[in-house]
Amino acid sequence: MSQRFKDIDFIGVFLWVFRAVIIVLVIYGTVAKLFLGVGNEYTFETWIDFFVSGLSQGSLYALIALGYTMVYGILFMINFAHGEFFMSGAITSTVLVATFLSASGFLDAQPLVSLLLITAVAIITSISVALLTERIAYRPLRRAPRLVPLITAIGASFFWQYFFRGLFGSALIPFPVPESLQGRWTIFGLEFLRTRVVVMVTTVIALILLNLFIQRTKTGKAIRAVAEDKDVAALMGINVDRTISITFAIGAAMAGIAGVLWGLVFRQVHFYMGFVPGIKAFTAAVFGGIGSIPGAALGGLLLGVIEAVGPPLFLEGLGIAGAHQLKDVIAFTMLVLVLIFRPQGLIGEKLAEKKA
Amino acid sequence: MAQSGNFSKAVRLGLITGVVALSVSAIGMVETFDVRDIITGVLTLGQLLLFSTALISGYFSWKKGEGVTPLGAILRGLVAGLLTAVPPIALILLTVVWPDIRNSFVNVTPSLIEILTFGQEPLVGSLILLGIMGVLGMIGAAFDLLSERIQKPLLYGLLWMLGIGLLSEILLLILRPYTPRSLLNLLFGAKGITPATAVVIFVLAVAINAWWTARGKEATAQRRAVMSPTTASRLRRLNIGLLVVFILILPVIMGTYLTEVADIVGTFVLMGLGLNIVVGFAGLLDLGYVAFFAIGAYVMGLLTTQSDLGIAGISFWAALPFSVLAATLAGIILGVPVLRMRGDYLAIVTLGFGEIIRVLVVSDLLKPYIGGAQGILQIGKPELFGFVFVQPEHFYYLILAGCLLAVFVSWRFRDARIGRRWMALREDEDVAEAMGIRLVSAKLMAFATGAAFSGLAGAIFASRLSSIFPHSFNLLISINVLSLIIVGGLGSLPGVVVGALVLVGLPELLREFAEYRLLLYGALLIVTMLLRPEGLWPSPIRRRELHEAELEHAPDDSEETPSLA
Repeated sequence: MSQRFKDIDFIGVFLWVFRAVIIVLVIYGTVAKLFLGVGNEYTFETWIDFFVSGLSQGSLYALIALGYTMVYGILFMINFAHGEFFMSGAITSTVLVATFLSASGFLDAQPLVSLLLITAVAIITSISVALLTERIAYRPLRRAPRLVPLITAIGASFFWQYFFRGLFGSALIPFPVPESLQGRWTIFGLEFLRTRVVVMVTTVIALILLNLFIQRTKTGKAIRAVAEDKDVAALMGINVDRTISITFAIGAAMAGIAGVLWGLVFRQVHFYMGFVPGIKAFTAAVFGGIGSIPGAALGGLLLGVIEAVGPPLFLEGLGIAGAHQLKDVIAFTMLVLVLIFRPQGLIGEKLAEKKA
Repeated sequence: MAQSGNFSKAVRLGLITGVVALSVSAIGMVETFDVRDIITGVLTLGQLLLFSTALISGYFSWKKGEGVTPLGAILRGLVAGLLTAVPPIALILLTVVWPDIRNSFVNVTPSLIEILTFGQEPLVGSLILLGIMGVLGMIGAAFDLLSERIQKPLLYGLLWMLGIGLLSEILLLILRPYTPRSLLNLLFGAKGITPATAVVIFVLAVAINAWWTARGKEATAQRRAVMSPTTASRLRRLNIGLLVVFILILPVIMGTYLTEVADIVGTFVLMGLGLNIVVGFAGLLDLGYVAFFAIGAYVMGLLTTQSDLGIAGISFWAALPFSVLAATLAGIILGVPVLRMRGDYLAIVTLGFGEIIRVLVVSDLLKPYIGGAQGILQIGKPELFGFVFVQPEHFYYLILAGCLLAVFVSWRFRDARIGRRWMALREDEDVAEAMGIRLVSAKLMAFATGAAFSGLAGAIFASRLSSIFPHSFNLLISINVLSLIIVGGLGSLPGVVVGALVLVGLPELLREFAEYRLLLYGALLIVTMLLRPEGLWPSPIRRRELHEAELEHAPDDSEETPSLA
């Protein structure tokens, strides 16, 4: 017995030291940067720029995170292949629609119609991929041990990556941005990249629509019921399998929208583009509190901002060379920290029993 | 019995396999695999892939016991086969109306269309394709009409023929030094085996299998039954002895190229054995496993390199313990934070660790110490009593020794108390803890042992290649290793070897697989989990468990899903 307490103590101490070291490093770096002038000198405008780019990046994470959080809310599984839903929509709509619209000049003549068309194709592709994946790789295994659907999810992820690589090639594919969205807009005396504004506005609209859907429609009610208790929901006459499919489809639709926005911001798409954003969006979902839709939005925005402001702020403050290369390290470290210290996330309910 | 009423299954199936046929064509698999002849001038691997869709479609288009007449069955096969041909034909016709399709779908090339249309005009070719697929669908359906006594030998014959045809290049490589040229020319075509050889192999395999099922199996079993225990154990020892001798002289038989492949397979076996302890024994899904491989390799590199990055310049043998120790320590250090996580969270966090290490290795931050993207060059080779390991053959024995050590350790651990603890942990953490098992030490032990094997593999890897680069240590290695232990059979030691041979060995030998390796891994993971979750060579315990679970859960639908438990 005493041996056991020793173990727990040792682990607890280790984790506390770990947490303390990270906090001290962040504070030290920030102070060094802001007051001691370590590293590059940035103007106020540059900081705003970092912040805004973080917000727009975060909106993208938020949109992708919705899929993780909704599926987790219903099935208590991490849909590892969700990043691939995002990629499939982006790459397919770019190759099959955007490129042709751009070549014919329609994209610049009718940017709104074109973007809606591109988004529609992206959403349809993402939903198809998601439904196929759910039907083949998840549904038959719903009663299998926990590890099993996770393994098929990993399998599905790589399958789709290399499937789309086979279809569209492994090269970077340029995403044509309409002329009217290039350059900057001036709002409140500050200049914003137009694409970033579009991203943020679209995300807000999508989030509002999603919330209305979940709260006001009958299907939304069914989703909430299934998330609460599958068996009771089934007794109430809800088609559980169908509801789960719809949940996957909604998540995939959000991922499809995010895919097009990603193309607008980064101006290229790629078969591998889903992987890292997928993990980061998952981080965002956990950060906000997995299973909670507002949590996913909040987590996404926060992750985006921390990732954008972090390297110039505390990493440069610590005197680290090439701080911007370590952007991903910040995100993954946050993932680890959140999962260790606050697995229920910022505004998530205590899922400890359910998930564990 | 209304025959028309239940054609819907054949139709649906035909359309599904048709989409599969279209997909494998459009992503370029058919064309890439077309370079490998199985039977010279008759069948290529690409064609086999394409045609198998119709065969399978026909085979599954009806089921025994549905009251289908033989004619009805064959008709269903025909429908399924014809429908399978429809999507590829649509692709052929699409290329006619949209010649620039290649700008969007990079793999829809003229040569793909040539394969699909057999070099004919699009319309004629489409008709030929339709005819062939229809016939194959009928053959597939008819196959199930045969009694099992005929089915099995036929299947064996077919598999042997295709298998030998597929591996003909490798066989040729092995046989060339020992066999007269004229005989080889008779057996093998330019690529693949000659039609005559194919027929001979087919007939032989069918005959042997038929004889074995009819007579041999029983006779052997009888002979076994009357054998005295001492003879039986002597026979077993003889078998093991023969296997050992075979493994030892393998490099001599195989030659340098194949030994190099064996080295790669061996490295993955070593890593697989390590991950098998973590995932297979203890049930902790670790996706950042490559990190320990990288640590082992980098420590070996830094300690033995002659370049400016070197910090010690010691020999391979002196550095080896440090490599393994460093990986083990890293296993423990990365293990501590994740002690309280389970299942999928653990997987994502370990994935995060792997990515952190990868990003750090290529970053400017650590570049002065470990070389950044340029990697480490001039890594020392092992030396034993003045004998320097240079050739793949030399490393073969080194890796073999490593694998044997890992097998021994895994085997002893599995049956020791720690192994029992791991298994209890895998089954149910809470119950295991309630039973008085110390989770912390059991988990850390699993992480440490797994990491140690991986570190050993990394150290040997670094020395074998004598230079290492960060991109050799990407996530795909982790996925590779995970796939091979899952396909081989989680928790099973022979399963690791079988998995590595199939998932690493085959793609190394058949170069055209390279591009589709991960696609196939992904598909294999899903198929394995759906159809054979215990893997190719399962451990007996695991198989029992999985089937038990099926029995428990199948009839009881009202129960809470175990994913919540």
